[in-house]
Amino acid sequence: MDDIARDASPAVAREPKRHSFLVDLFIRLVKEKPLGTIGGVIVLILLLTGIFADLIAPYGFNESLGAYRAPPSPEYVLGTDNLGRDMLSRVIFGARISVIIGLAASSLSLLVSTIIGILCGYKGGKFDLTVQRFVDAWMCFPALVILIVIVSLTGPGIGQIIIVLGVQFGIAGSRVVRGAVIGIKENTYVEAARAIGAPTGRILMRHILPNIMAPLIILFTTRMPAIILAEATLSFLGYGIPPPAPSWGGMLSGPGRANMLIAPWMAIWPGLALSIVVYGINMFGDALRDLLDPRLRGGVGRYGVKKTKEATMKGDTSAAKGLTKQ
Amino acid sequence: MLAEVVGAADLTRADIESALGMDVPVHIQYMRWIGSIILHGDLGTSLWKATPVTEELLARIPVTLELGFLALVTALVISFPIGVYSAIRQDTGGDYIGRSLAILCISVPGFWIGTMIMIFPALWWGWSPPIMLIPFTEDPLGNLQMFIIPAVVMGMLLSGVNMRMMRTMMLEVLRQDYIRTAWSKGLMERVVVMRHALKNALIPVITIIGLQVPILVGGAVVMEQIFCLPGIGRLMLQAIVQRDYPVVSGVMLFFASGILLINLVVDLTYGFLDPRIRYR
Repeated sequence: MDDIARDASPAVAREPKRHSFLVDLFIRLVKEKPLGTIGGVIVLILLLTGIFADLIAPYGFNESLGAYRAPPSPEYVLGTDNLGRDMLSRVIFGARISVIIGLAASSLSLLVSTIIGILCGYKGGKFDLTVQRFVDAWMCFPALVILIVIVSLTGPGIGQIIIVLGVQFGIAGSRVVRGAVIGIKENTYVEAARAIGAPTGRILMRHILPNIMAPLIILFTTRMPAIILAEATLSFLGYGIPPPAPSWGGMLSGPGRANMLIAPWMAIWPGLALSIVVYGINMFGDALRDLLDPRLRGGVGRYGVKKTKEATMKGDTSAAKGLTKQ
Repeated sequence: MLAEVVGAADLTRADIESALGMDVPVHIQYMRWIGSIILHGDLGTSLWKATPVTEELLARIPVTLELGFLALVTALVISFPIGVYSAIRQDTGGDYIGRSLAILCISVPGFWIGTMIMIFPALWWGWSPPIMLIPFTEDPLGNLQMFIIPAVVMGMLLSGVNMRMMRTMMLEVLRQDYIRTAWSKGLMERVVVMRHALKNALIPVITIIGLQVPILVGGAVVMEQIFCLPGIGRLMLQAIVQRDYPVVSGVMLFFASGILLINLVVDLTYGFLDPRIRYR
């Protein structure tokens, strides 16, 4: 995957510089999108917290400290829960679960989307028609309801949640990939590859896949917050990751709600952490989309051409000036 | 299962299996199920309460419908003005606030906001949302008071998505030639925005609203659980805990057909919004 991404960079960026794509993207992110940069920092903090949770957390996530439902104090910064466990440590270890679920399930969903989308988009015809009807039928059911029903059959657990979320979001996302492939496959270079007798597998991997990298990255960044939220919602309803694992959603359910009037901090912090993280990833994903989406690059909307955009902008400002006079 | 526990004779076990319709292969069970729905409108009988599933569903549909309807209205009331304002004042302070608000609405989980609303009013003013369902026919105001909080929380998520969609679409439409024409005719901003731009921007937004019904259902499941509303979502969660499969499949069928129906209505709405789209 990584190799392909690096291979694809010139095609995506359409720039002569071969390997500076990621660096270039980073510079543009910092320069043009301040909110996206903040989002990126939040994502980075989340990743580091998840990886180094053992080192950062003052106590273990399932370690009873003897102080039950203690309010926030210098010793227990965010308070303790009904079993005497430190909330700060649990929130920090919760980041690890969110990172694992977010990355693994998003990657799986991307894989599922890519396989379904590329095959449907490239093959077309009856195959596409049949598979798409199944996708339609699947998307008729509310995602959360499907997830609850499947998890109630498979039983809760991290592995099950990753697979269930990955497949669910993967099927829903296959539309995006299919659309992108249909747009790409009519290009002359695909025809040329076919003309020199390249096998279908090579065309898909070498000619189509690199060119849909931008929508794939966007899909990944939009799926990740949704998947983290979905896991939290499932855990909240009791169909996610079973206790004592410190899932942010799970901490809000059961004991968190039962004690919410006596020890409100048990319900406040996990939700706040969840909100900040999802907010950050959304901001980051938005900025990344603006930078990567070829439709938005250089121009606005359907115009695409810089000159026209400037002309419209002028029209807009004069109109706005006219308004202020009124 | 039951027979194994009590160590009953094979005869009894076979009796129970045939009573539950489990003595035939799965595909025949399915045909029986779908056949009785089509022929008699019968969704089967609840294993837990031994009441018809149809009855259970009908008793709870009004609650979920009212919740969903109020949530949708809230979402539209919040998102349309802010989305339009964001678009016509692009890149101003107001636009930035509107956009951040939209992402915030998408990011903050409804079940957390719901829990916070249960906690803080109770701690500060000793007020908490009512637990018992108040029927609309008995006390319309009390009923609304009960539904409005979960509906607003559900509507927040949708309004975030709609706000962004509305803004993007308005931005595209505002750059069209006919809008420039409208400006040069000297029309007032209100007329240009409301009559020329908004109507043309609405079609993709309406499509998105149609696609959001599954999210709405998911929200209803969570909100009914938090605010103790006896709706279909709560029925489904209970049925799953009790392994009451006829009820689960009945609820799923209801949700799926409801979503299909709403998407059909959305498709038909296009004709009213854009006279160029005609159905023959």
